Amino acid sequence: MRLQGKVWKFGDNVDTDIIIPARFLNVSDVKELAKNCFADVRAGFIDMIAPGDIIVAGRNFGSGSSREHAPLALKGAGISVVIAESFARIFYRNAFNIGLPIVESVEAARSIEEGHKISIDLSTGDIENMDTGNRFLAKPLPDFMRQIVEAGGLVKYIKKQ
Amino acid sequence: MSMTITEKILAHHSNLEHVSPGDLIQVSVDMALANDITAPLAIKVFNEVGNPAVFDREKIALIPDHFVPNKDIDSAEQAKVMREFAMLHHIQHHYEMGQGGIEHVILPEKGLVMPGDLVMGADSHTCTYGALGAFSSGVGSTDLGVIMATGKTWLKVPPTIKIIYEGKLPPWVRGKDLILFTLGRIGVDGANYCALEFSGDTVRRLSMAQRFTMTNMAVEAGAKNGIIEPDEITLAFVAQRSHRSPLVCTSDPGADYEKVIQIQVNELEPQVAFPHSPANVRPLSKAGAIGLDQVFIGSCTNGRLEDLHDAAAVLKGRTVAKGVRLMVLPGSQRVYKEAIEQGIIQILLDAGAVIGPPSCGPCLGGHLGILAEGERALSTSNRNFIGRMGHPKSEVYLASPVIAAASAILGSIGGPEEL
Repeated sequence: MRLQGKVWKFGDNVDTDIIIPARFLNVSDVKELAKNCFADVRAGFIDMIAPGDIIVAGRNFGSGSSREHAPLALKGAGISVVIAESFARIFYRNAFNIGLPIVESVEAARSIEEGHKISIDLSTGDIENMDTGNRFLAKPLPDFMRQIVEAGGLVKYIKKQ
Repeated sequence: MSMTITEKILAHHSNLEHVSPGDLIQVSVDMALANDITAPLAIKVFNEVGNPAVFDREKIALIPDHFVPNKDIDSAEQAKVMREFAMLHHIQHHYEMGQGGIEHVILPEKGLVMPGDLVMGADSHTCTYGALGAFSSGVGSTDLGVIMATGKTWLKVPPTIKIIYEGKLPPWVRGKDLILFTLGRIGVDGANYCALEFSGDTVRRLSMAQRFTMTNMAVEAGAKNGIIEPDEITLAFVAQRSHRSPLVCTSDPGADYEKVIQIQVNELEPQVAFPHSPANVRPLSKAGAIGLDQVFIGSCTNGRLEDLHDAAAVLKGRTVAKGVRLMVLPGSQRVYKEAIEQGIIQILLDAGAVIGPPSCGPCLGGHLGILAEGERALSTSNRNFIGRMGHPKSEVYLASPVIAAASAILGSIGGPEEL
């Protein structure tokens, strides 16, 4: 499974209130949540990005609240994968559970810049910066976690089994 | 082999003799919890899983507290989804406003968590129950939906970081100051994926209310759980509230810790977290002149009776500064009632506070007390991220109820000694 897209770059400690502020949590509909993704720091994010685009961020992405609305909003907006130096633990679980792949790579996260076009192979962990030609090797996802993502989330994966 | 308290509780719930950090285990859950924001998604997942019944109607708590009394039609619909599910499945612990309050205040208050329990909640501050010597951790709605169906989940056994607090706290310094100081020391990912064990003679002397404040904010360091070994204070607290017998676990002397940090508290000042991180902490004497528009006392961190008592002790006979709005939200119906009985509410009202319904209120900027552009608030809650309590250009400072009350009187951040 090779994903490809334009990069949107974020810093350290992107918390779930930044990904989707709590005032928008009065609905559970993914399309509605997606409209308010990054409302306070990059208003209109959903209109700026193209389906398949990729977020690259620093340390501790997804810290704070347990709201699953955060990875749902990212996925709903069209983000195909998040690459970060590290992730907060509840966000990490939630992302896989709802079928949003996330990958840890300190080198890639530090080197890749906003606007770069990159591609990533989830089964090998190979990340290619198509603008600079740089390649990075992230830890590949274990098969069962890749299958959860490919199935579209934990529930769909369980039902498939 | 030696184990920490966290490892012992996890071993017990996975029917294993011994577990070590890194082990992937399947555990049985004693209490599964969700609120009006996270339950609707969890219910959707539960329905997709397709089990006809919940795993145990007595081991699920569904608490509307984030957007209640409902702020708009959408939030009313969310609370309705939860209410109808609770009725359909005869969920025993579904507490509407008037019977309940904030989830992490009322579960201990009603005796629903015992030492040694394993609690999973679709709310990051589920780690609060570690103050009772239980393992408790926050998850998302999908995990919780599956738990409601099966009563089980998988966990990776976390390594433990032990923090030892030694010495006698100076007057007006509280558990809130201990945890803020600790966050300043280790950072917002200083305990990512770890258990945070709070110990030492200082903690042994803390009341349950102050212990809850500390474990509540373990997640602010990224921790999977915060925990305090149960002692006579814990056992006295639960004995008044439940007939279940506790499973008292303590850490073995030879248990392995990823890190041990010692903190001497004899000289510790009240602490203030500056925008926009709970780890951006300064001692009160270095806070400088920070004028305030609003002060909020309440939340799952500091909405208990003792917190309101602290606020009243400072506010008694004094009034809130002109230009400052003071909001107090008791953490539960019971806290509210006891605060009335003890004359605390009268003192707060006389000082010029507005008392709101027991709920999460302004803590997460959803409704009640939203901040306008450029406004500054001091809050006794747990997070001060960008836009947390309103406009993205507003600012939130975190401190204890003592500092909150003194600051409301002063009109700027300060302590009771300045009054």
